[in-house]
Amino acid sequence: MTENHTALYGEHQKAGASFTDFGGWQMPLKYSSELAEHHAVRNAAGLFDLSHMGEVWVTGPDAGAFLDYALAGKLSAVAVGKAKYSLICNADGGIIDDLISYRRGDEKYLVVPNAGNAATVAALLAERAAGFDAVVEDASSETSLIAVQGPNAEAILLTLVPQAQHSLVTELKYYAAVEVGFTVNGTVQDLLLARTGYTGEDGFEIYLPNGGAAALWETLLENGQGQGLIPAGLAARDSLRLEAGMPLYGNELSTSGHAYAAGLGPVVSLAKESDFIGKAALAAIKAAGDGIASGRKLVGLKGVGRRAARGHYPVLKDGAVIGEVTSGQPSPTLGYPVAMAYVDVAHAEPGTMLDVDLRGKAEPFEVVALPFYKRQK
Amino acid sequence: MSKVASELKYSAEHEWIAADGAGPSTIGVSAVAADALGDIVYVDLPEAGSTVTAGESCGEIESTKSVSDLYSPVTGEVTEVNAAVVDDPALVNSDPYGAGWLFKVAVDSEGPLLTAPEYAAANGGEL
Repeated sequence: MTENHTALYGEHQKAGASFTDFGGWQMPLKYSSELAEHHAVRNAAGLFDLSHMGEVWVTGPDAGAFLDYALAGKLSAVAVGKAKYSLICNADGGIIDDLISYRRGDEKYLVVPNAGNAATVAALLAERAAGFDAVVEDASSETSLIAVQGPNAEAILLTLVPQAQHSLVTELKYYAAVEVGFTVNGTVQDLLLARTGYTGEDGFEIYLPNGGAAALWETLLENGQGQGLIPAGLAARDSLRLEAGMPLYGNELSTSGHAYAAGLGPVVSLAKESDFIGKAALAAIKAAGDGIASGRKLVGLKGVGRRAARGHYPVLKDGAVIGEVTSGQPSPTLGYPVAMAYVDVAHAEPGTMLDVDLRGKAEPFEVVALPFYKRQK
Repeated sequence: MSKVASELKYSAEHEWIAADGAGPSTIGVSAVAADALGDIVYVDLPEAGSTVTAGESCGEIESTKSVSDLYSPVTGEVTEVNAAVVDDPALVNSDPYGAGWLFKVAVDSEGPLLTAPEYAAANGGEL
């Protein structure tokens, strides 16, 4: 596999990051302490390089109708300026990726797949576009994505935005996006700003051409210093999203699972009049009750002791295997181990006591409702 | 680069051992291992009075991202465990060769150990 570097790789090296491979990309795992980075996002702000994620533009008179066919949600119903979380499924209803789509115009959408799936999703969209008057353009390699997440994120962004445009930022709703002017090194450039994130905190994501990424990164760090902004790596991103109960593709989501078992039933629009890929299979799965009345479903687990469950550990009830952990670690914010796991629906009710096999020793965990952590608004 | 304390001996599994003259030897994990593990949040240590065997697992070290077995570099009886590090496992990150020590052993025999320069060379550490 080729080793991809984002436009910010040099910035991470300068900051002394440790790197990890993620979806074929060399990404910062942490800069100093992943716990400090996690707490910074919860209490102040963290700066993330998410440039490994994909950016696929869909344009044309049929853009909305095409995405209704290609994805599980009803994208044609999304208002211009808003965003929607959706799934791209195969004909069996299996999840190929989870993604966010921004409607940027009547005939214009930006679809953002995960890093490891970006090329697959771009190719699939192009394939599924046959017969529609829509153009699919993969801009992943020339687009950078920088996220500022945490309670101080808005105040930090405002230091770069001309006064006249402050209300665009302060009034931007969650899951909405707008073009805003950012002043970097004395020059104002219009960039796409979205109020989205993967941390459970308020926060923003900025899409921009690779050429301007390093300068924006440095300016944000400099302006955010007084507000507690520090760069944060993928380790913190993973612990933050887990606390927020958000699934990670490859852990909780895969082609062998489906939306209903993953608790993403509402993301699937069976009510959509038009057909979409996976619709018939998903309708049958829902009617059969798999992941609802039978089979396994995704739950949250809270550790009673101090040892954490990790991905792939067996979940037990009275010694019998009834599930498997998909993600788990000690929760930095809550102070106890948290995990997500697929378990038999018979044992999925919050309050149920289960065990996780921690390398040969059964340790008690309680089924709890997701998310583990919800910010105070 | 992670620091390797020059006065200590090391096992290939990243434990260090300090021979304190005639008394029990002190054992911990190297800064190389602590840095690779990330922020350590839980340590499971052998109990005082128990016997540990060189090269065998005698506990575990858990960080936010992963969990690793702790291997004893020597065979002998555990005389003391560091209660402070059980309470505050972050000491392993902040002071791996000092306040972050793990346990002490009355050594009967040593497993294969490396000198500090050998360990540093093999693991990319800095003396």
